[in-house]
Amino acid sequence: MNAWINLGALAKIVVVGLLTGAGLPALFACALWLLNPLGPSTEDAARPTAGPARRALAGLIFALVLAAIGWGISVIVDRS
Amino acid sequence: MTGNDAVLALMVATALGFDFTNGFHDTGNAMATSIATGALPPRVAVGLSAVLNLAGAFLSTAVAATIASGLVAAHEVTLTVVCAGLTGSILWNLATWFLGIPSSSSHALIGGVIGATVAAAGPSVVKWQELVSKVIVPALLSPFVAGGVAAIGTVLVYRITRRVSEGARGRGFRLGQIGSASMVSLAHGTNDAQKTMGVITLALIADGALPTGAKAPTWVIVSCALAIGLGSYVGGWRVIRTLGKGLTEIAPAQGMASESATAAVILCSTDFGYPLSTTHVATGSIVGSGVGRNGAEVRWRLARRMVTAWLFTLPASALLGAVAFWIADGIGGTAGVVVVFLVLVAASIAFFVASRRPAVTPENVNDAWTGSAIPVPPADKAVR
Repeated sequence: MNAWINLGALAKIVVVGLLTGAGLPALFACALWLLNPLGPSTEDAARPTAGPARRALAGLIFALVLAAIGWGISVIVDRS
Repeated sequence: MTGNDAVLALMVATALGFDFTNGFHDTGNAMATSIATGALPPRVAVGLSAVLNLAGAFLSTAVAATIASGLVAAHEVTLTVVCAGLTGSILWNLATWFLGIPSSSSHALIGGVIGATVAAAGPSVVKWQELVSKVIVPALLSPFVAGGVAAIGTVLVYRITRRVSEGARGRGFRLGQIGSASMVSLAHGTNDAQKTMGVITLALIADGALPTGAKAPTWVIVSCALAIGLGSYVGGWRVIRTLGKGLTEIAPAQGMASESATAAVILCSTDFGYPLSTTHVATGSIVGSGVGRNGAEVRWRLARRMVTAWLFTLPASALLGAVAFWIADGIGGTAGVVVVFLVLVAASIAFFVASRRPAVTPENVNDAWTGSAIPVPPADKAVR
């Protein structure tokens, strides 16, 4: 480790930051895609609704995202 | 020792004043994109941010004492030094807010305290290597890291939802934005409220009111939490406008990607004890989300202007802190601190009065960007 710059910490921040900061929005986007099949239809009324499998999978993803947020809060609390 | 008690009271008042400016200067970091996309009405957004900042301030207090004591030799810190340093920090925060520039409150705090300490005891009391490795290097890197994460997140999010209808996408991501912006507010409350708690605690220890190594007393935690929450609620509308409307036009998906990147990078860095600037991270993320979206325009001229302000934040607030110390020290004793405090109050009132003409408010914060933080009033409204 260099005294002026902590490359290990930087690498960890980049990796964890990418996984959570870009990964979670991507997961969220996947859930949205699952819930809104087909498209791009501008008529919301004419849009087909998602089947039970897609809904279940989307629900699982939302739960995963919420769990990650819970983990983030626990990181803050654990600092005390 | 009534004189000392008076200085102590002024120190606490100045510190809470700084905490307040910290809150309203930084509301935009969390809420600007949600306000810009209409995910939350402006007043609801600052209200939510205030509550979460308040809550965040109570979540953790472990790093409270590290910020100032880690950067300067603690035994050189006196009440006068802290008062002068915080005065410098507040003045810089107010000046940048007035100009609508989202500059770092953390750097203003660190700069002010270091400037006043150097003025009091010379440059040898500053732990320069700590300053570079814990503050300056992370400050240089964090906007790029956050920007990269936000850009990648934005690209992914748009690619994944490219076949989802515009309406469904907007609704979904606005919801996601509220969640991600809330995380940023919470992280901000935790990080920034602690910085002020740390400074007050440091000064109380220096004064002998608390034993060495003491934790922040409850009244310090509560008052800091209230000050930052209140500041968030008042809302620095000028800064919110620059971040939400000035840098780039923000769509809900972008907003969520940029807030997620901000929250992730801040929380990761907290783990390493870096007093990272929420402002630098949030701005980097917003620019990154503009880079990541096809067809989005980033106003680089404004981004450069902000970066210039960031470079000046540490030295300028240090200079202001030093000048405040020289004035307080030159007059001497309690009177010196009182004079500096009165000057600070007068300057704050002057900034506030100047900011009313014309004011940036929840009503005009989302007006089309015309090259400045101050919206151009429509002709019929201008004549009252």
